[in-house]
Amino acid sequence: MYDKNKIVTGLVIFVAIVTFPFWYNLGKASSVPEPKLSEKAKAAKECVVPKVDMKQEHMQILDLWRDTVVRDANRVYKTGKGKTFNMSLSTGEESCMGCHEDKAEFCDKCHNYASVDPYCWDCHIAPKEKKPEENK
Amino acid sequence: MGNSRRSFLKVAGITALGIGTKPVLDVLASSEGHGAEPKPEVSKNEKALTAKKWGMVIDTRKFHSAEDLDPIIEACHKIHNVPELTEPRHKIMWIWEDEYKHVFTHREHDLINDRIKDLPFLVLCNHCEKPACVRACPTKATFKRDDGIVLMDFHRCIGCRFCMAACPYGSRSFNFRDPRPFIKEENKEFPTRMKGVVEKCNFCAERLAVGKMPACVEASNGAITFGDLDDSESEVRELLRTNYTIRRKPDLGAGPSVYYIV
Repeated sequence: MYDKNKIVTGLVIFVAIVTFPFWYNLGKASSVPEPKLSEKAKAAKECVVPKVDMKQEHMQILDLWRDTVVRDANRVYKTGKGKTFNMSLSTGEESCMGCHEDKAEFCDKCHNYASVDPYCWDCHIAPKEKKPEENK
Repeated sequence: MGNSRRSFLKVAGITALGIGTKPVLDVLASSEGHGAEPKPEVSKNEKALTAKKWGMVIDTRKFHSAEDLDPIIEACHKIHNVPELTEPRHKIMWIWEDEYKHVFTHREHDLINDRIKDLPFLVLCNHCEKPACVRACPTKATFKRDDGIVLMDFHRCIGCRFCMAACPYGSRSFNFRDPRPFIKEENKEFPTRMKGVVEKCNFCAERLAVGKMPACVEASNGAITFGDLDDSESEVRELLRTNYTIRRKPDLGAGPSVYYIV
């Protein structure tokens, strides 16, 4: 093989550069965050659907609810067990944020980790919103 | 070679059948399990006010000056988190005041009586029977509900402003900038809007849903009446029957639902 040394050195440098992100971040992975439930949510035990489904499908549920409320003017959700909820993200006691009072601990924790940036709060007013704004 | 092709095919066939039926059985089993619990339901609030066709009658005889209108405008704008922008081109208005010659353009003439000439008129979205804005909207962000209310789904508005061009009453405003810093006191019961979204009066759909009359009606001390135009027994129909009323630009054929007693 001609220029064996040059080729091998080049290869080593190439591999090192390509794998750089992997070994640079080795061992730095942060653990998956767990959303913190408020006391109220803990006491209620169950959300509109079981927890597993809520984890996977809350975005679809919110999307569906938005249409149900705005288009069909149906604003009350009754679960199979007979519990009623106010189909609203941020208004009133029985709304989403009425129970999950802390946006930073409940929503943002996972959303930040998963790097998703939903635009809910551009318009909806989050409870305790003042805190993060003061930190800015 | 004890296995013949025949016996191999038999075993393979039975195995395939077995694998194939499992998912089917799983589905059957799970659907039985769920059947025990009734399905979730969505409904209207028990107290919700409903109508076949909402309409409004504004008795302008009960207004004398701009001071009479200010509390009404303020009540609406406060409840709906309407920002107070001073730059005229950026102003957001759900309900506002204007003079006769601008409001009833086709009825205006030079020798109109003094009272009408100087009287401020309340104007808002007319919630038309055939709303031009709804036809113009490319995303169906604005739509007409069965009860006659022309509503906006702010989530879906892309800010193209076709609706603003289509509306003959200028009832729509555009958020040229983020409205949040200009809202003095946020009402947590209603969302704000964001930059790049059109907004307008919603006949207080969110208040009707919980059994409350629109904010302007409550603040008007009886000068504004709200009710079902399709119900001949309603208060609005009684007013329309006993008073001479006019609507804004009726010749355009949009069919406004806001009537004025002059």
